[in-house]
Amino acid sequence: MTRKQRRLTLIAVAGIVLALAAGLTLSALRESIVFFASPSELVRNPPPAGKRLRIGGLVKEGSIVKEGLQVRFDVTDGAQSVPVHYSGMLPDLFREKQGIVAEGTFENGVFSARTILAKHDEYYMPREVVDALKEKGIWKHNEGGKK
Amino acid sequence: MTAELSHAALAIAFALAVAQAFFSLWGAWRGDARVMAVGPAAAFAIFIFVAASFAGLTYLYVTSDFSVANVYANSHSAKPLLYKFTGVWSNHEGSMLFWALVLAIFSALVGLFAGNLPPRLRANVLGIQGLIAAFFLLFILTTSNPFLRLEIAPAQGQGLNPVLQDIGLALHPPLLYLGYVGCSVAFSFAVAALIEGRIDAAWARWVRPWTLVAWLFLTLGIAMGSYWAYYELGWGGYWFWDPVENASLMPWLAATALLHSALVMEKRDALKIWTVLLALLTFSLSLLGTFLVRSGVLTSVHTFASDPARGVFILCILIFFVGGSFALFALRASGLKPGGIFAPVSREGALLLNNLFLSAIVATVFVGTLYPLMLEFVTGEKISVGAPFFNTTVGPLALLLVAVMPAGPLLSWKRGDALAVAQKLAIAALVALVCAIAVFAINGAPLYPMIALAVAMFAIAGAVIEYATRIALFRVSVSESFMRAAGLPRASLGTLFAHAGIGLTLLGVAAEGGWSVEKIAHVRPGEAIRIHDFDVRFRTWTERKGENYRDLAAAFDIRRDGITVAELAPAKRIFVMRGQQTTEAAIKTFGLGQLYLSIGDPSPDQSVALRAYWKPFVLLIWLGGVVMALGAAFSLSDRRLRIGVPKRAANKRLAAVPAE
Repeated sequence: MTRKQRRLTLIAVAGIVLALAAGLTLSALRESIVFFASPSELVRNPPPAGKRLRIGGLVKEGSIVKEGLQVRFDVTDGAQSVPVHYSGMLPDLFREKQGIVAEGTFENGVFSARTILAKHDEYYMPREVVDALKEKGIWKHNEGGKK
Repeated sequence: MTAELSHAALAIAFALAVAQAFFSLWGAWRGDARVMAVGPAAAFAIFIFVAASFAGLTYLYVTSDFSVANVYANSHSAKPLLYKFTGVWSNHEGSMLFWALVLAIFSALVGLFAGNLPPRLRANVLGIQGLIAAFFLLFILTTSNPFLRLEIAPAQGQGLNPVLQDIGLALHPPLLYLGYVGCSVAFSFAVAALIEGRIDAAWARWVRPWTLVAWLFLTLGIAMGSYWAYYELGWGGYWFWDPVENASLMPWLAATALLHSALVMEKRDALKIWTVLLALLTFSLSLLGTFLVRSGVLTSVHTFASDPARGVFILCILIFFVGGSFALFALRASGLKPGGIFAPVSREGALLLNNLFLSAIVATVFVGTLYPLMLEFVTGEKISVGAPFFNTTVGPLALLLVAVMPAGPLLSWKRGDALAVAQKLAIAALVALVCAIAVFAINGAPLYPMIALAVAMFAIAGAVIEYATRIALFRVSVSESFMRAAGLPRASLGTLFAHAGIGLTLLGVAAEGGWSVEKIAHVRPGEAIRIHDFDVRFRTWTERKGENYRDLAAAFDIRRDGITVAELAPAKRIFVMRGQQTTEAAIKTFGLGQLYLSIGDPSPDQSVALRAYWKPFVLLIWLGGVVMALGAAFSLSDRRLRIGVPKRAANKRLAAVPAE
């Protein structure tokens, strides 16, 4: 093999690996990223049925209904609220007025959650929730946020 | 007084770091041995002062001195002693001080062990280490002082976040920091080489042991963190593709690539510029990790905004070192003498392929981790990139990498014999195929884990075959094989363990992903569920009291074939003082598999949500990590690589060492 051929082989192999990585990344970015919406955005502009997305807000006071593993509650950002259905175990800090993020699909005005996130820290607010609440003007500085 | 003295020690360490950086670099530039001699002495003194400062903070924690704001915010006098110690690095200020301590340890070790390095190279390396230390110490002193006093000392502290009150906190951060900061040595060596404008095989031989040390700790740190998350969070997951996790994975991948490319450089005097670039990249990714975690930019914009000085300062450090080193690289790399181009089918060709795949994986993880931040910064749109993204991108690339891995060590340098290697690996391929078919016959199978399983078996069998070939197992008498094994350099054991470890981890990942069983049920006392071949019966509620918490535990009897094999009591742990609770999973190991139970909040009618998993071979995920780290330890103990060994090269004053 001549020097030139060796160099060409090297460049070809590098090209193939990088093209593979780029191709995988681009197709995965199209298919598996999940957008975030606040309850207001969801009501104003409902997504196509079956599309996975995240919503965030506060668990509305007095809205939690539990039947065995089935849980129903409302998530609110102050202006709008959206009913959420979930089946499974709730995180430790799930309670009324707690900020949460739910991932799932929105159909017929109900959000079916597949996962519910609420971090293990009483001060913690998922950042999307903070931003969504700030937008609605009901976020007060120094509320939450560590120290 | 302790706080003030510790603070003063830190300030002195900062001044010493500035001196170390200035005199080392200036001395190297002038070629003045007396000026350069400041470097090792300063590095040692910095270590003493930072260690004293850290000891001071530890003392404040152990004696519960709540007049210090940091102790007040993170400790409590009723906290178990172990957590008073580990509490020191549980928070931002303390962990940054710990970061500086680890850096000081590494710098002092460089000063100690680099005695036979060419003086100029050593001075430049210590100069860069000093520069890094100076920036981080300044960062601590100006924005994250752990010794701030409160005007009125409270009687009691606020306690430590319950999730952190675990043995995991004692091990995970120190291991990870040793890994992160250990990468700084390779970085300093790379910058020093760029400043001098020359580099040769001996350089790679000096850098490799330091990178191995960093890699060893990083591997253990990541594995430990993964196991901690697995048992502590109660979700049964071991890797969440969380940005903070990715921040530790990226330097690990880059360091793995660096270890392999440095090998090519050492043996074949090739891939030099690439190796330098990897050394810069590895520490840059460590710094990026520190920035992502410490600036708070990931978890909450609010923490970032509440103290912008910190985030901006770390960003400046990041830009200075990453930007500076890469600018230097752009200026000087073309001046370095490039190595030759080599045959595609050869050991060095295989190592290059390894580097290509690892870099592609780093790039993919990088995009997945930072794309959401960038998008939000530019357009304000919020997205999340989670496990599905990484599984479909990193997964295939990693499988390809592991699939070609066994061929590497079997190929000879310069020109390999592809056919002979294929023959040797035929047995490994057979093993993989038989295992895959057997598992398919017994369990049926989803495709992806099936492929991963086959690749993992191939990698493990391939690693064993490679070692067996070296000691001529079964071709000569067993006793002679033993003799040969004893005569082999320890590095070949290192290769065996590291490569088999990767295979074991992948095997665990495949088994966990493909054949785990999950059951979620609502149970009352007396009721039972069946999972895998276990009957899990909820007996009763019990209560346990700990030093600063109480557990509300649900006692389960585990029966297999009608025989009680275990009692498990997953619990909700309530920390009275902070009014917080955590989930305590209960885990029982059967062979390499684990039965994992965790519970939700108890309902008023005594019933509870139960989450049960059977995870076959799950322990392999972390055992593989331990095996990999063992491999690194074997390699480190190799005579050729033992720190400070390349005396021959030093005597010849950096004369290029011929490849063995």
